Amino acid sequence: MKDWFKKGSPWIWLSGGAVTISMVMVLGLVLMIAYNGLSHFWPKPVLEFEYQLEGQASAERVIGEISRSETMTAAAMREAGFHVPEDQAVVVRHLIKRGNRDVTGQDFVWYLEDFMSNKRFPEDILVLERLQWGDFYGFLREFVIDGEVVTIGDDARRAFENTLQETSQLVREINVIERVNIGDVNFRMEQLRRQLRGLQLNETISDEQRAVLEAEVAESRADLDAQYAELEQRRNELRREVSRYAITMETMGGQMRRIPLNNIVHAWRPNEMSFFQKVGHYGRSFWDFVSGYPREANTEGGILPAIYGTVLMVLIMSVVVTPFGVLAAIYLREYAKQGPLTQLIRISVNNLAGVPSIVFGVFGLGFFVYFLGGNIDQMFYSETLPSPTFGSPALIWASLTLALLTLPVVIVSTEEGLSRIPRSIRDGSLALGATKAETLWRTVVPLAAPAMMTGLILAVARAAGEVAPLMLVGVVKMAPSLPLDGNYPFLHLDRAFMHLGFHIFDVGFQSPNVEAGRPLVYATAMVLVFLIVILNLTAMVIRNRLREKYRSESD
Amino acid sequence: MNQSTPPLLSPRPGLEKVLPDGGARKRLRRWRAAKDYLAKYCVGTFGVGVIIALALIFVYLFSEVLPMLRPAAMSVQASYEAPGGRNADTLHIAMDRHGKVGVRYTSNRQAVFFNVLDGSESHRVELPLPVGATVSAFGLAEPRTRLAIFGMDNGQALLVRHEFNERFSREGRLYDPSLEFPLGEGDEALLDVVEDGTAIRAISVQRGAGGISVAASLEDGRIRLVQFEETTNFMTGEVSVRRNVYDLPSLPEGAEPRRILLDITMRNMLVGDDLGRLHYYDVSRPAQARLLDSKRVIRRHDAQVESLEYLLGTVSVIVGGSDGSVSQFMLVRDEENVNRITRIREFDGHEAAVVGIAPEYIRKGFATFDDRGSIKLHYSTSSRTLAALDVGDRPLSRVQLGPRANALFAVDNAEQVHLVNVRNPHPEVSVRALWDRVWYEGRSQPEYVWQSSSATDEFEPKFSLVPLTLGTLKAAFYAMLFATPLAILGAVYSAYFMSPKLRQAVKPSIEIMEALPTVILGFLAGLWFAPFVESHLPAVFSILFLMPVALILAGFVWMRLLPKAISNRVCNGWEAAILIPVVILVGWVSVGMSPHLENWFFAGDMRQWLTDVGYTYDQRNALVVGVAMGFAVIPTIYSISEDAVFNVPKHLTQGSLALGATPWQTVTRVVLLTASPGIFSAVMIGFGRAVGETMIVLMATGNSPIMNFNIFEGMRTLSANIAVEMPEAAVGGTHYRILFLAALVLFVLTFFLNTLGELVRQRLRKRYGSL
Repeated sequence: MKDWFKKGSPWIWLSGGAVTISMVMVLGLVLMIAYNGLSHFWPKPVLEFEYQLEGQASAERVIGEISRSETMTAAAMREAGFHVPEDQAVVVRHLIKRGNRDVTGQDFVWYLEDFMSNKRFPEDILVLERLQWGDFYGFLREFVIDGEVVTIGDDARRAFENTLQETSQLVREINVIERVNIGDVNFRMEQLRRQLRGLQLNETISDEQRAVLEAEVAESRADLDAQYAELEQRRNELRREVSRYAITMETMGGQMRRIPLNNIVHAWRPNEMSFFQKVGHYGRSFWDFVSGYPREANTEGGILPAIYGTVLMVLIMSVVVTPFGVLAAIYLREYAKQGPLTQLIRISVNNLAGVPSIVFGVFGLGFFVYFLGGNIDQMFYSETLPSPTFGSPALIWASLTLALLTLPVVIVSTEEGLSRIPRSIRDGSLALGATKAETLWRTVVPLAAPAMMTGLILAVARAAGEVAPLMLVGVVKMAPSLPLDGNYPFLHLDRAFMHLGFHIFDVGFQSPNVEAGRPLVYATAMVLVFLIVILNLTAMVIRNRLREKYRSESD
Repeated sequence: MNQSTPPLLSPRPGLEKVLPDGGARKRLRRWRAAKDYLAKYCVGTFGVGVIIALALIFVYLFSEVLPMLRPAAMSVQASYEAPGGRNADTLHIAMDRHGKVGVRYTSNRQAVFFNVLDGSESHRVELPLPVGATVSAFGLAEPRTRLAIFGMDNGQALLVRHEFNERFSREGRLYDPSLEFPLGEGDEALLDVVEDGTAIRAISVQRGAGGISVAASLEDGRIRLVQFEETTNFMTGEVSVRRNVYDLPSLPEGAEPRRILLDITMRNMLVGDDLGRLHYYDVSRPAQARLLDSKRVIRRHDAQVESLEYLLGTVSVIVGGSDGSVSQFMLVRDEENVNRITRIREFDGHEAAVVGIAPEYIRKGFATFDDRGSIKLHYSTSSRTLAALDVGDRPLSRVQLGPRANALFAVDNAEQVHLVNVRNPHPEVSVRALWDRVWYEGRSQPEYVWQSSSATDEFEPKFSLVPLTLGTLKAAFYAMLFATPLAILGAVYSAYFMSPKLRQAVKPSIEIMEALPTVILGFLAGLWFAPFVESHLPAVFSILFLMPVALILAGFVWMRLLPKAISNRVCNGWEAAILIPVVILVGWVSVGMSPHLENWFFAGDMRQWLTDVGYTYDQRNALVVGVAMGFAVIPTIYSISEDAVFNVPKHLTQGSLALGATPWQTVTRVVLLTASPGIFSAVMIGFGRAVGETMIVLMATGNSPIMNFNIFEGMRTLSANIAVEMPEAAVGGTHYRILFLAALVLFVLTFFLNTLGELVRQRLRKRYGSL
């Protein structure tokens, strides 16, 4: 043993352990996010049990999913007011998702294993995903049309399942009317209002001209009003139709609860589902998550606007950062005189990549939003002042800020690519009589293109995961409309947007019901992690290929 | 191909025509040269433009900070004869918040409204003062209440409030100024403080939540307090007023009250006497009002209290002496929980007696003026004297600041009004206010506090950067404590011992870790790890102690105790892979044993035990941040130091091994020494990243700006502070600029650390080249 120590082997093992710990942490983290994110969509069995604390007269019936379990010391539980037997050292407790927030008030409650009895998984438990108040757990008892009980028992179940399909179709139609059609009309009305205000402020036109123009505006306004009334009428008809149907559910406490069908998104019976039904359910919930709009202060529903906003912001950023970064790198490597000054600039650019992103956010807020945006508003949007158009956090400012933030990444990567191009290729081109510009654009730049690609991908990966600066220059908790839609000019650079990273922060830390939002946070995190890992792996593969390619050519 | 390039092959037959003729060739050459030239300048412009844009970040941050450094300034804008005539004294003069309309109260019973810019009178109101009596005392409530009181020599007093009644119309801002009498119209407006006709010598009024209070000292030395208690009927909303009169104990040793001050809580009353002393009365229960403290507030023994005024919020009081001294006092509770008059700071004094003090409306600043015509601007929190101005040689009788503190009136004893422009946007900032202990109002001692905003108007902003800097260093320190050993040991191992095959898989995985969005690390740290640590505290510590032991033990077992047939099959360089089950097992066992350990050693609850021992425990604390942020920093340090170790020239290590050194000896004596600059730069760059990290700290700490290094408590870092407060800061305000300063500090700090690291790395590369 002493000899073994003398040779220093323990320290080798210890340093090997450091690598192992790091690897276990990385893999554990990714696996944990993946597990938690993916398992949320799997229909979990719903447990029914009796719960009787010591000193309680009667047992309470509880229905719910086990959200997670943990082992606590008995002392800590005693302190919390539970009567745990003296000889017991540890207690297992389960966090049960009981749903039914509108009935019980609390949808997540801890239950101690020791006081649970008579556990079973009844087949006929029905789980409802609702538009409001979260999930509902209970037993279907009656089917109701226009407030009158039509069928009960198994017939009710059949009637419910058939009608739900029809009503969800109608609900979808209502959503389209509200979100798309009425949104369009509102947007155009807003534009008219702005036009009108602009006319009033405009001093260069005469009063008659103004009157004529105002009359035109009023005409289109009346037109829009008519359209709006029509849409509203259609929507109200649909709503009336949908609201005719309802079901009566029995809760775990034995209460009867009437739930209108227009409030129900999905209904399933997890305890009687076969494996393949579960797979189907899984796929559908996952799709709903990726393609749906958020509900209930972002703790339910989907993340489509967040994905949309993230992708759009990153795209605009790429469009800005690529030419600037590449040209700056070409300048530094090919045109600038290589001396101490260039070297200094190179180091500085490199170091900018290490400057905290929040600093870029502060710069973006002060310079882009308040200074540039404020001036643009003064010059071009004076009719809407004092409410800002570009003078508030917006998509364009977020993209520009992140472009600045990722500029060093693109520059460094492109420069590295350029420096790897063997001298002989350049010399060959020059020897054939090509000018410097021709050499660059015809031979060097095409060869360095993969390096630029790598830089861009790394920039995109960094931008997609960055949140701190965005909190200052553009993201919001809930954007009423997407930044790209069917209304002219289609791409609304002045709108604030939603972002995956900020969504995680918001739901996890600023939402009123963190426990309910937790699975969605994991799922969102999973989407983000996979996006970024894939981008990084792509960049790495491109870079390695490139290295291999030039290693052989330069030798 | 470019369209304008002439075809190389001419369609016409003949050998000499294969090449374009000389003219075309020349044109082509010129065109190509032009393109070359154009490309050069385009790329040059773009390149330099981008570099300038990046430099702009620094310049812009600095330009936002710069206005804080510019000194305050005062200049006389206009001088005019006092509106309403020189034949009466000015008792009070004030202006509206836009500096358009002013009002002057005169000793001959007039309230004159006038144009601030040229002094032209707009209209005047006769004050309903009793006929036959003269004004013997005058007092002001807090300036923002616009409430004033006239004390007469027949014992009566008049409460007056002026209103500027600004309104907007198509022509712009219009004013319709008027006077109000809070006690009622006509005869009701008069308050008879003493029914026996004794003259009032000093008077004070204040409006608080409960109603109006008036305190007066009389010719014969009595001090009288009149309170108007307002009660609102909950049913009808009607306000009924009850008047209570109290006599307070007189000053000791026959001192004469010179100046009386009431605070807005209606609990404290301060009286300045003619012997240079300040007296404190507790009037929270006026019927049992007591004199609690008397203190000499002027240092020079032959000097007097010449002026006395509360600052905004009526918590601290400024005392001006006949010797020209200006100092600030406050009631501070001593060990026996009794309020004592305490000197908290002094300001640059005047050369002559300080005859008056004018507090600001919305900040803790004030102006002092002396009887030789000079005015000085001061600010309480930053203990700064910001600017001074001489307005003629005549003694000044009145100075009042405008509501926005951007202008002031100075009236001299010849009744000449000087309108003074004041430019003083950032008085709150000084090196001491940012970096030193400051004695804030309501605190019992000087402290480092960051508290930028609050719900009330009279709040004193506390801008000490010390707690934020300390928090930043604390977070970075614990992160480095966790990350450095793991990253450096790991780097040494994977660069020197690990088999190339394993290395190919391990290095990219750890580098991908760097790309993980910190918002995800922060969310896991805050929502999963922090509660986990709280309920499994013993596991954290047992992992810390067990892990190294278990790793070494596992190595020993593998190399010495297992039959050689097995241990030789897996060759050197795969230790890390062998250890995977060990690491997982240690972690699993520690977590599983945690409740039992807690039962055995910590009476079932380690958190409670820690609190009993004297450590505060927050759920989101430095331990959680250290691990989460360490996780974010590991790849940075690992990647750079791995490169440094890997690039140590092979002949050095081979030489060492050939001389008989063990591999570990070679590592510690040769490899680490040679690579140490690289490792140093890795640590610097990692530290830079930890200092600036925002999301993890924002989510995994409580964000409370506390001043300690306790691992079980949270912190607030500069970066998280910016993220939290920046969206709410008023653009251009002091708070906004201080946040820019914080960003600038972060920028410069990380830029410096990175440059240092980079330079060291470049030197190292050169040295490797020469070895």
